Amino acid sequence: MDFQVILSILDATLRLSTPLLLACLAGLYSERAGVFDIGLEGKMLAAAFAAAAVAAVYGSMWLGLLAGMAVSLGTTLLQGVAAITLRGNQLIAAVAINMLAAGLTTFLGQTWFGQGGRTPALGPNGRFAPIELPFVAELSGIPILGPLYAEVISGHYLLVYIAFIMVPVTWFVLFRTRFGLRLRAVGENPKAVDTAGISVNRMRYQAIIITGLLAGIAGAYFSIAQGSGFGNNMTAGKGYIALAALIFAKWKPVPAMFTCLLFGFLDALQIRLQSARLPLIGEVPVQAIQALPYILTVILLAGFIGKAVGPKAGGVPYVKER
Amino acid sequence: MSESDNMNPQRPKTAAAPAPASRWAIELEKINKRFGAVHANKDIDLKVERGTIHGIVGENGAGKSTLMSILYGFYTADSGTIKVDGTERHITDSRHALALGIGMVHQHFMLVENFTVLENVVLGAEDSALIAPSLKRARAELERIEDEYNLVVDPDAVIEDISVGQQQRVEILKALYRGAQTLILDEPTGVLTPKEADDLFRVLETLRDQGKTVILITHKLREIMAITDSVSVMRQGEMVKTLTTSETNPEEIAELMVGRRVLLRVDKGPANPGKTLLEVKNLVVADDLGVVRVKDVSLSVRAGEIVGIAGVSGNGQSELLESVTGMRDQRSGTVVVNGRELSLKGDDGAARARAAGLAHVPEDRQHMGLVTTFEEWENAILGYQDAPEYGGGPFLDIEAARRKAAEQIKRFDVRPANNRLKTANFSGGNQQKIVLAREMGRDPDVLIVGQPTRGVDIGAIEFIHNQIIAMRDAGKAILLVSVELDEIRSLADRILVMFDGQIVGEADPATASEGEIGLMMAGISQSAAALEARP
Repeated sequence: MDFQVILSILDATLRLSTPLLLACLAGLYSERAGVFDIGLEGKMLAAAFAAAAVAAVYGSMWLGLLAGMAVSLGTTLLQGVAAITLRGNQLIAAVAINMLAAGLTTFLGQTWFGQGGRTPALGPNGRFAPIELPFVAELSGIPILGPLYAEVISGHYLLVYIAFIMVPVTWFVLFRTRFGLRLRAVGENPKAVDTAGISVNRMRYQAIIITGLLAGIAGAYFSIAQGSGFGNNMTAGKGYIALAALIFAKWKPVPAMFTCLLFGFLDALQIRLQSARLPLIGEVPVQAIQALPYILTVILLAGFIGKAVGPKAGGVPYVKER
Repeated sequence: MSESDNMNPQRPKTAAAPAPASRWAIELEKINKRFGAVHANKDIDLKVERGTIHGIVGENGAGKSTLMSILYGFYTADSGTIKVDGTERHITDSRHALALGIGMVHQHFMLVENFTVLENVVLGAEDSALIAPSLKRARAELERIEDEYNLVVDPDAVIEDISVGQQQRVEILKALYRGAQTLILDEPTGVLTPKEADDLFRVLETLRDQGKTVILITHKLREIMAITDSVSVMRQGEMVKTLTTSETNPEEIAELMVGRRVLLRVDKGPANPGKTLLEVKNLVVADDLGVVRVKDVSLSVRAGEIVGIAGVSGNGQSELLESVTGMRDQRSGTVVVNGRELSLKGDDGAARARAAGLAHVPEDRQHMGLVTTFEEWENAILGYQDAPEYGGGPFLDIEAARRKAAEQIKRFDVRPANNRLKTANFSGGNQQKIVLAREMGRDPDVLIVGQPTRGVDIGAIEFIHNQIIAMRDAGKAILLVSVELDEIRSLADRILVMFDGQIVGEADPATASEGEIGLMMAGISQSAAALEARP
């Protein structure tokens, strides 16, 4: 494989890791606060649809992004009311969100736009365009680093950079701030937080609000950055893969980034392999190659997760009165 | 400590304490609290004098914890007034209570296990949005508190790595860091070794001498006598009486708690041991995580004898019990009941143990001994449901089962005497009686009993102890595991001390001192313990 191919795979890796990373960080806030969230998939899907629909109608990517975040936040709060205030089962509340999003996006898409659930293709103003970072020309003379900077680091959508900036930000918030201390405590031993005079439910709502906003950005990325419009089930299980990455990373932001990069890399490789003929095996069916990232998710989870211990109070609604 | 020090109500206050506005740190008047149909606190009056250690005793369900939770703002009283330092206050939540200088050390620690000591101390009391300055200030403040009260804990240790006694200190530090003037401790010695309990008492005395007020909730009369200045007795949601500790005695307090005279000592004759009925040889048992918790334990119990295993909880007793009764596979070793080796491996080990004449009263009755959502009669036959008298085949003879349950209820005085009631609705003592009635009723050769009186009130304790003695006198072999050293000492004919998965010594309850057994429980060898405990 020549250098150009490697660069293009790495470039695709960053692009494909981004929604995983945003969703993974979204889940991290929620789960660290003790609210298990398998509803990332549904939130992203709803956000992807809302972003594309608003961007198509108003011709503005910014309005689209805002709409995506708002819808994701709304579904998150709905889930929160069920799982936090009403102390419902967190898994079932999240599954409900996933089913609602899958059905409602297709239905509304067909009703409003009549294109089989898809939203109209977006014009240049409705979509995020790649950003050329400064100094690309100046650095182009340097071997390896120059092309690496130009091809891999530079030339991504704004949302890609936001995703990766969120990693150190999340680390700082979690481990260096009062908010983070309380958030982690509420996921481990909510009673300790309650007796310290802090409202457990309020902390959990604050956490899932961040989850909702980040999942909204992740969803919008699918339809108004990576793609130019919404298609049925366009998140394709990425919410679940993000969740697997979160567990594999043991609920820590930096390992989460590397895990998402690994999954993104496999996805990029998979795309590249689809047209390639492998030695000895010959042409591999496309479906088999496409399944690779999912198979790897299963192997990683089954093989390595055994010892991953999540936040102790995860999945348990907090009940104060006995 | 000499008791006479504690009596003087006009103890000199230290300069550090704020000028007292009132002689009373806490005054509660006509406090009422209901949970549904349960009237947990009825017109409670309580005055706690500043700079004293005030005990609150009562049986389970007497309303002690509810009362203190109201004072700490965890619950809100339905009616009544609370005065702190002479000023009436409406305590709305824990944060408010803390601000008024009331701190609480809960029975189950309120610590985040994967946080450091320092992080736990600042949690909820951070100065600013970033935690670094708070941690720095807390570190300095902890050093000062440690010096003042002789409370030493490593601030950078992670909670799950330190001992239970240390964790309790962290709880006390948390309260002091938040400026607590009044400290409430809820059953603080339940999880401690006798040595750790003594250390705690020394800390509490220092706190009192520095002008703090301590409220101690306990059901152990020995602790009340040893450390408190005054004691309030509660019974069935009512405040019965407040006494000056030096002017009362354990018998009087026990009578006030139960409402009738109780025998605090267990009355039993000498044992007449016969042939060996239970023999455990070289048992090695691992827990669910694969950690070896029972390390090559051998013991034997003869007919007509009670062997007690003393030890701080978590030293392998649970795994030992579970293995001998067939609930947990052993790595190696054998269990012989009445001369026959038991094959305990596999999922039906417990059933085979039962068939061999080994009955088991498990440590945790609510999770292992009973299905609390079942009706009483269903629990009365649980584990023996395949016996021919209940039908034997695929169908259950419900009438026979209910008759059996009614018999057991009568014999063990279970209240209410209703075998159709859901088991969760019986009190702790009555639930334990249901388990005991079931296990003792099959006339087993060997009875294994774990924590027979945990969470059981004094009246029922007396009954349960007498039943166990009666089993012994009927020629059964009884293996008793309890974290209550007093219970072991009064029931057992021989005491084995377990530490870190091994039997570290054997003691004769008639001659061994509490100190000697206590030291062995802390892992000090028998010979060294005998030397050190010598007065």
